[in-house]
Amino acid sequence: MRRRAVLGYGAAGVGAVALMLFVGWWQVDGPGGPEPVGQRPVALTEMDFRLTDHEGNAVGPETLIGRPTMAFFGFTYCPDVCPTTLSDISGWLDDLGDEADEMNVVFITVDPERDTVETMAEYVGYFHPAIRGWTGPEEQIARVADGFRATYERVPAESGDYTMNHTASVFLFAASGRFVTMIDYHEPKEFAVPKIRRALEEEMEGAT
Amino acid sequence: MKKYILTGTLAALLTLGGLSVPALAGPEDVVVENAWSRASIGMNRPGAAYMTIRNTGDEPVTLIGLTTPLAMMPEIHETKTNAEGVSSMSPAGEIAIAPGESVALEPGGLHAMLMRLQEPMTEGDTFPLTLLFDDGGEVTVEVPILGIAARGPED
Repeated sequence: MRRRAVLGYGAAGVGAVALMLFVGWWQVDGPGGPEPVGQRPVALTEMDFRLTDHEGNAVGPETLIGRPTMAFFGFTYCPDVCPTTLSDISGWLDDLGDEADEMNVVFITVDPERDTVETMAEYVGYFHPAIRGWTGPEEQIARVADGFRATYERVPAESGDYTMNHTASVFLFAASGRFVTMIDYHEPKEFAVPKIRRALEEEMEGAT
Repeated sequence: MKKYILTGTLAALLTLGGLSVPALAGPEDVVVENAWSRASIGMNRPGAAYMTIRNTGDEPVTLIGLTTPLAMMPEIHETKTNAEGVSSMSPAGEIAIAPGESVALEPGGLHAMLMRLQEPMTEGDTFPLTLLFDDGGEVTVEVPILGIAARGPED
């Protein structure tokens, strides 16, 4: 009698665990799960695009291989998010000091219509000198965003101009080109700087 | 009848000078602190200004608009970042501030979007920004223009 009760509890327990696992699967990976949000970017070595940096040099994903990379999207007509991100990054780079010299830091415009090479040159000049500004034809920008699994969209503004919605995260890649992690928009320095160090350290390990 | 008070740099200076904070026309209960903005590159791009608006009174107040000689279309906008990390910006509409509460206009959230600049925003200058409230009250604050890379009022 006693043993049967124990078995009964055991069976109920197994059943409960199985149910929990099933519910968990359903909610996370199964049909009840959310749409896959923000897939991981592919490695830089798997990307293919041609852009121009703010000094007029032809650049592409291969330009970034060999050093860890911090990359993000924006546009120079952006009044709030982009200057904030650029200022945040400038602050992180100041914190990293000499270590920052080992990195590529790239600001890629999602608004090539207004952000010419000259415009990018003037704009990045106001922030940390390590920050490079990349622009190029719209179809090339689309290829970059595709590789990064980033999105952008042109939205008309009441002023008659337009603004851009865009992925505001900062992407970190190892020197090998492998995607490491991303820093969310406006993430506190205490979290952002260790993440950057992780991308930097990965390079060291790769090198030894 | 409520009265608005202007604080910020001017009030701080006056307070340091041993004078009381001057009461301007309008409800006495709205205090604007830590106003700042970033310099612009030319006049084509919209500017943004930030501040904290505090309702120190017993009645709710509702911010309904902005005016400034600096921009033809000043408007409170809000930046939102969704779960996929995509940021977008749209007009925030009217902003109600309950008694004793404050609303922060800060990077990545609410901001005074200054569209159609009439002149470039130059670092070191200031400009007057008037907040309009639904009871007809208004308060004007002198907003300092900091560098393009400024991160907050202390920069």
